[in-house]
Amino acid sequence: MSGVLDWLTMPQTIFFLAVTGVVFLALQVSAAVFVYAERKVAAFMQQRYGPYLVGPKGLLQPIADIVKLVFKEELRPKAADGLLFAAAPVISAIAAFAAFAPVPFGASTTFFGLLPEPMPLQVADINVAVLVIFAITSMGVYGIVLAGWASNSKYSLLGGLRSSAQMISYELAYGMSLATICMIAGSLSLREIVDAQAGYYFGVIPKWNVFVLFPTGFIAFLVFGTAGVAETNRAPFDFPEAEQELVAGYHTEYSSMKFALFFLAEYINMVTAAAVTTNLFLGGWHGPLIPEAYGWIWFLIKLFVLCFVYLWLRWTLPRFRYDQLMAFGWKLLLPLATINLLVSAAGVLYFGL
Amino acid sequence: MVALGAVVGLGGLVISGLVGPSNPTPEKEAAYECGMPPVGDARERQSVKFYLIAMIFLLFDIEVAFLYPWAMAMRDLGWPGLLQITLFFAILVVGYAYIWRKGVLDWGPESDPDYKHAPRPGPAVIKRYRYGTRH
Repeated sequence: MSGVLDWLTMPQTIFFLAVTGVVFLALQVSAAVFVYAERKVAAFMQQRYGPYLVGPKGLLQPIADIVKLVFKEELRPKAADGLLFAAAPVISAIAAFAAFAPVPFGASTTFFGLLPEPMPLQVADINVAVLVIFAITSMGVYGIVLAGWASNSKYSLLGGLRSSAQMISYELAYGMSLATICMIAGSLSLREIVDAQAGYYFGVIPKWNVFVLFPTGFIAFLVFGTAGVAETNRAPFDFPEAEQELVAGYHTEYSSMKFALFFLAEYINMVTAAAVTTNLFLGGWHGPLIPEAYGWIWFLIKLFVLCFVYLWLRWTLPRFRYDQLMAFGWKLLLPLATINLLVSAAGVLYFGL
Repeated sequence: MVALGAVVGLGGLVISGLVGPSNPTPEKEAAYECGMPPVGDARERQSVKFYLIAMIFLLFDIEVAFLYPWAMAMRDLGWPGLLQITLFFAILVVGYAYIWRKGVLDWGPESDPDYKHAPRPGPAVIKRYRYGTRH
C-alpha cells in the first residue's frame, strides 16, 4: 500500500499524470474549438456570419451543442444489432484518444527544475511510435464499419463499406510515405525523428523533412498529407458521410451522445493527423526565435496552420467521384509513394546522409 | 489514454441514457430512408469489388510491413539491399500491372463491359447505362 502511495507521490508520476490529463482535456477542447472554427471559417468563406448568438461571437456554441446532444433522445432502429450499435462510437472515441498518446509535442523539460531528470512532453514515449499511431488510427475504421453494419440501414451500410474501402486504399500510400521519412531519419520514434530536424541548411532553410533530399521529402509530404485527409474522411474525400449521396453515411441512424462521440472522434483524428504531420515533416517543436523550452508554442502554431488547411480544403475542393477516388489512390498515390521511397533510398545512400 | 477514452465513451452513453427522454414509436425505430417506409433489409449483396480491394490491400499491406525493417536497416545493407528491395518491388509490379489490366482498380462506368463495347456513347447508350435495360 505504501508502495503505491510512494509511487503516486513521486514527482515524475505527478507530472506524468498531469501531462496525461492536460493532453486529454486539450484534445476534448480542441475538438470543440475545431467545430467552432470550422463553422466560422465556413461562414467566412461563404460570406455569412456563422454562429454568433451563444456567448461572445458565438464562442459558447460548441458547449451549447454538447448540452443539447446530451439531453436528446437515443434512437435505435429496431432491426439494428444492439451491442455493436452501442460499441461502435465507443471504439471510435477510444481509438481517437489513444492515437494521440505517442505524439510528442515539446522538448524534454524539467518543469523549471521541479523534476530531477528531464521528462519528455508526451503521454507515452514509445520507440516505435510511428507504427503504434499507424496501427491505432487503422483501428478507427472498425468503429465506422461496425456503425454502418450494426445500424442495418442502407445508407449506413453503404457509408461503412465505402469508408473501409477508402481507408484501406489510402493506408498503403500513407504507410509508404511514412516509411520514406522513417528511413531518412533512421528511426521509428517520433521524438528522434523530430530531433533529427533541428538546425538549418546554409543557415537559412530549416532542416525539416519537407525540404530533405528535395524533392523527395516534399513529395512524401504531399502524399502523406493527401492520404491523411483521406484517412480522416475529410472533404474532398468525405465519402463515408457524403451528405448529398448518403444522407449522413455511417452515422445516419445515430443520435444524441453516440452521434456526439463520432463527431468528437472525427475532430480528434484530424488534430492527431495534423500533429503527426507536424512532427514528421515540419520539424515539430523546432523553429526560430522561440527557445527550445517553449518549443510547444511552435508546435501549436504549426498544428493550427495545418488544421486551418483542413478547413480550407473542405470549402475549396469539390468531392471526388468514387471511381476517381479509387483511381487516385491506387493508380497515382501508391506508385508515386513507392517510387519516391526507392529514389530517396538511393539518395540517402548516394549522399551518405 | 485508452482508459480515459473509454471513460468518455461509456460515460457519455450512460449520462445521455439517464437524462435523455425515451419514448420510442415504430416510426422512430425504423431505418431512415428519406421518410419512406423502409424497403426490405439493408444487408443485401454488395459489389464484389469491395472484397477484391480488401484482398489486394492485404497483399500490399504486407509488402509495406516488410518495408519497415528494410527501411530501418537500409544504411547497413547499402546498395545491395536497395537492389534486393527493388527486385522485390519488381515482382510486385507484375501483380500490380495484372490487377490494373484486369480492371480491379476501375470503379467507374468504364469498368462495365456493356459500356465499354458500346458504340461511342450517344444519348441512348448513356440513358440505357443510367437507367438499366428495363426502361
